[in-house]
Amino acid sequence: MELIIQGLTKAFQLLLRGDPEVLHITFLTLRVSGLATLISLGLGVPLGLYLAVARFRGREFLVGAVNTGMGLPPTVVGLWVSILLWRSGPLGRLGPMYTPSAIVIAQAVIAIPVVTGLSMAAVQQLNPKLRLQIMALGASPIQFWWLILREVRFGILAAVMAGLGSVISEVGASMAVGGNVRWYSRVLTTAIVLEVSKGNFDMALALSFVLIFLSYSITYALTLAQQRRRRL
Amino acid sequence: MKKYVIVTLCLLLSFGLYGCAPKAPEQPQAPADQGQGAAKRPVTAPEPEIKDVILATTTSTQDSGLLDELIPLFEGQTGYRVKTIAVGTGQALELGKKGEADVLLVHAPAAEKEVVAAGAAINRQLVMHNDYVVVGPENDPAGIKGAESCAEAFQRIAEAEAIFVSRGDDSGTHKKEKELWQAANVTDKGKWYQESGTGMGQTLNIASEKGGYTLTDRATYLALKKNLSLTVLLEGDQSLLNVYHVMQVNPEKFPQVNAAGGKAFVDFMVAAETQKVIGEFGVDKYGEPLFFPDAGKPDIY
Repeated sequence: MELIIQGLTKAFQLLLRGDPEVLHITFLTLRVSGLATLISLGLGVPLGLYLAVARFRGREFLVGAVNTGMGLPPTVVGLWVSILLWRSGPLGRLGPMYTPSAIVIAQAVIAIPVVTGLSMAAVQQLNPKLRLQIMALGASPIQFWWLILREVRFGILAAVMAGLGSVISEVGASMAVGGNVRWYSRVLTTAIVLEVSKGNFDMALALSFVLIFLSYSITYALTLAQQRRRRL
Repeated sequence: MKKYVIVTLCLLLSFGLYGCAPKAPEQPQAPADQGQGAAKRPVTAPEPEIKDVILATTTSTQDSGLLDELIPLFEGQTGYRVKTIAVGTGQALELGKKGEADVLLVHAPAAEKEVVAAGAAINRQLVMHNDYVVVGPENDPAGIKGAESCAEAFQRIAEAEAIFVSRGDDSGTHKKEKELWQAANVTDKGKWYQESGTGMGQTLNIASEKGGYTLTDRATYLALKKNLSLTVLLEGDQSLLNVYHVMQVNPEKFPQVNAAGGKAFVDFMVAAETQKVIGEFGVDKYGEPLFFPDAGKPDIY
């Protein structure tokens, strides 16, 4: 119990004093996970909408793959991405291993199935007659997708939150491909692991409070947007 | 509602794009509060051709805080940026064997020699040593305190079937521990022998919580002592010496290796000035040094 209070006080001290290392780690976490979430939105939302509406051979197979991917363990993704990015791997020449970009790639791989799956589910919850109605009113394909997107915006917001939540909290992939290099590729979760193995439990707790505060603030902002006109 | 979404997405986007910006000029030197040496030392070295040096090393050098002291010194002197990948010695050597790192700082002499013999590493130099100690609960259920040798202590643990927590991760410490069990002629291990599969710090925590014995390097133990209910029960045995070597990954075998950077780091680790820092590290905090500098001494390991 004493440790928790120590950790909380330390978290406040670190943030108020503007400890440069903690700020660096926090901003890097935001940048890396924010960018990974954006990439996953750019790829996952269109893919999810398409999978929800289109009918083609092998669709069930693909949907099953996406749904499995939603629970992909970050350590596994870290291992795969490492093998691709290592000097001996196919992308090794570009030298991306142990950089923040490597973490972005791995985290995007983790978030894409989450965003795809949730966007797809959001569209599939719509009334099937909606499609007929939009078509009957003579919408062009662009207008059609725009209307669908508007209808599922709350679902997409949920996908953003889930995607961001899954990457900002993962440690296995960041550790494997980022290497937890000080002042360079150390993010909040890998810093917490390091502080625990150093036995600095108060520091580890402080960082964990920073992480929770961060993900809560972002999720809260998105939740406000989502819940504002959602009263039954 | 739109407003919130737009604001949040803009925030995310701006962080994201900021992340895209070219990384090169960012933070070559750590800001103000690094080790004093780094702060005082002006960067005089010319910019090296390939800036990043990947150092694969063992967790004990990082968990004890030694690298936090040495790396800024090296970066200040040479202009390189070190990417420290702290893993077990087993994995560090494996990264060296695949050419994924530029320089290795590890502590498993027998395994290191194999890597050198295989042509994956060159320029292997003795850096420092400390020692392993066997720690356990104060009440010492297996009665290993006062054992004549380490082998005898390990036999007593096995006979008493007292809990022993092993690293189980093929690290340098784990390799040493396996040697010691072999020397003690203990082959059958039962439920009392538990493999944690984690780093030294975590393994010490587990041993402390379970009231078990474990083998640890002295540096990590001293650094974590304040959180542990473990005491040193056996030390000073000749077989408990823990020797660290630094070596370059062979650039002729792996063309992508940063040869100049790896050589610079090896030279730095054995330089007289660095050796002095190593010898003094931890004295102010723990009252005794954590590592003993050895560069230049005959390498009998």
